[in-house]
Amino acid sequence: MKKEEERPVLKVEGLTVRYGKGCPHCLEGGALLKNTCPQCRTVWACRAVDAELYPGEILGVVGESGSGKSTLMKSLYFDFPVTEGRAWLTSYKEGGADIFHQNLQQKKYIRNHIMGMVYQNPVLGLRMDYSSAGNIAEKLIAAGGRSFSSMTGRVRELLAAVEILETRMKEPPRYFSGGMQQRVQISKALANNPAVLLLDEVTTGLDLSVQARVLDLIRRIRQEYGISILLVSHDLAVIRMLADRTIVMLDGQVIERGLTDQILDDPQHPYTQQLVHSLL
Amino acid sequence: MIDQSHYNFAFLDENSKREIRRSLLKAVAIPGYQVPFGSRELPIGRGWGTGGIQITLSVIGRQDVLKVIDQGSDDSVNAVNIKKLVTACTGVKVTTDSEEATLIQTRHRIPETPLRQDQILILQVPTPEPLRVVEPRESVTKRMHAEAEYSPMWLTLYEDLIRCGRIGISSEYPVSVEGRYVMNPSPIPRYDTPKLNDSDALYLFGAGREKKIYAVPPYTAVIPLAFEDVPFEAEDFAGKRCRLCGAEHVYLDELTDSMTGRRVYECSDTGYCAKRRAEAAGEKRISAGSTESERETGGSVSAGASGEEMAR
Repeated sequence: MKKEEERPVLKVEGLTVRYGKGCPHCLEGGALLKNTCPQCRTVWACRAVDAELYPGEILGVVGESGSGKSTLMKSLYFDFPVTEGRAWLTSYKEGGADIFHQNLQQKKYIRNHIMGMVYQNPVLGLRMDYSSAGNIAEKLIAAGGRSFSSMTGRVRELLAAVEILETRMKEPPRYFSGGMQQRVQISKALANNPAVLLLDEVTTGLDLSVQARVLDLIRRIRQEYGISILLVSHDLAVIRMLADRTIVMLDGQVIERGLTDQILDDPQHPYTQQLVHSLL
Repeated sequence: MIDQSHYNFAFLDENSKREIRRSLLKAVAIPGYQVPFGSRELPIGRGWGTGGIQITLSVIGRQDVLKVIDQGSDDSVNAVNIKKLVTACTGVKVTTDSEEATLIQTRHRIPETPLRQDQILILQVPTPEPLRVVEPRESVTKRMHAEAEYSPMWLTLYEDLIRCGRIGISSEYPVSVEGRYVMNPSPIPRYDTPKLNDSDALYLFGAGREKKIYAVPPYTAVIPLAFEDVPFEAEDFAGKRCRLCGAEHVYLDELTDSMTGRRVYECSDTGYCAKRRAEAAGEKRISAGSTESERETGGSVSAGASGEEMAR
C-alpha cells in the first residue's frame, strides 16, 4: 500500500513523552529498565517514535501493555502533552506546520476537523448520559455546526453507516452493548470527515462475533471514505486482517517496522519473534 | 430603628466598597466575564441576595432612589428586608415605581417598564457560572471560558431538542455576550432575557456566595444561544391578561382561583401592575361623567375590575 511518491498524511518524528525530569544517563540515550530510567526513575512512555501514515493506508501499531501504543495515539490527539517531537498533517496548513507546536485553538481545530479518535474504553470517548445522536452531534457542534436539522441529518447518515437503527438515536450509549458503543464512537469520529482516524484497541473486550462486525466496519469505512487509519492493537490477528504496514513497539520505542505480512511472517527483532510465535 | 451613627454610610467600610467598585469596573470593561471579588459578611445569609446587596451598597449615593423586587414583587420578605437594611444605613428614598428608581435591585425578574440610561439594574445571582450544568470543576470552566469552548453548552440545547423536541430551559437561559463570553443572566425567565440585549441601562450581577461579579454595559449585544433553524422562544402569554390591571404582553404569574378553581393570571411585576391600576383609577375619576360604552371604547380600565371584565 505504501507509495513512495506519495506524501504521508501524517508524519511523526522523534515523539517523546516523558514523566520525570530525566538525568544525564537517560537523557543521553542510556539503557532503560523496561521504560524506566534505573537511575532517576523517569518513565519514558514514548521515546523518539517516528511514524508515517500514507493516504488510504491502515498502519498497525502492536506491542504489549505498557509499550507506549496508547500514549502515541493520545499524544497525537492532544490528550497528553508531548515532551519532544514533531508531527505534520498534510490536511493542516499543507503539511507545513508542526501540530504539536500550535496554540490551543489550532489544536482544537485539528481535533475537530482533521482527526477522529476511537478510544479503547467508550467511557473516554462518549458521554454515557447523553443520547447517541447528541454524542455524534457534539463533534459537529465542536466544529462549528449550528444548524439543528443539518446536524441531525448527518447524525442519521452516520448511524446508518455503522448499522445502528435510527429509532435508537435518542437512547444514551450506556444502554448499548460494547460493540454498539464502539460503533457510536466510530460514527462520532467520522462526523467531520477526518483525514486521519485513530483507533485505539477498538475490539478489545468484545466477543468474537462483535469483533468481526467492528472489523468489517473499519474495512468498509476505509474503502468508502478512503480514510487513513492508525490502528493500535495488541491482537496480531486484527493487525493481520486490517493493517497494510505495522510498527512494533516495546518499552516506548519502535523496535521494528515494515509490511504487515513481512513483520508477522518474518520477524527480525527477537521481541517480535517472541510475540509472533507466542500467538500464532 | 437602627442608629445610623453606628454604621458607615451603606454599611460596608469604604475599602470594601472600593474593592467591589474596582471589580465592577473590570466587569463592565469585559462584558460577561465573571470577576472574582471578596464577598463580605452581611447581616443576611449568603444565598439571600448578598451579592446584589453588596453591589447596591457599593454604588449607592445619597441622591439615589432605590427599588427592590423579588420575583417581580415589591413586597416579598426578601425585598422588604433588603430595603430595610439599605434605607437603615443610607437613608435613601425607596420606591415601587421603576421609572422613579435610579437603582433597582432585583431577583428573578427585570421590570416591565423599559429601563433608561440613568438607571442601574442589579441582579442577585445564585449560580453565576453558566457552564456549571455541564462541568462541576471551577478550574475546567475557567479554562473553557478562556478557550471559548462552549460546545458542551450547545450540546445540552441539542439534547433537549433531540429528546423533547424543544429547549426546556425555563430560566437562566444561557446568553452570548458580545459574541465572546457565555453568561448566566441569573434566574430571570426567558421572557426577560431579550431585555438585556442592546439595553439603555447598565446591568450588574452579583453572586455573594460564589464571590463573583459580572456586568452587561449599555448597548451590549446579549444574544440567547439558539440554533440557526430553531430560534429562541420566550414564554407565550398570547390571549392571556392580568386579572387586576388587564395588561397584556407582560410576564404573567399563573394562579388558581381557590373559589372557582379557574386559572387566572396576574402581572408578575407588582409595581407595574399597581401603577397601571392607579393610573386607571385616575382616568376613571376624570371620566366619571362619561358613559359605560365610552369608557370601554376609550380603553381605560377600572380600578379593581378584572381583566375578564374589562375584556367584556
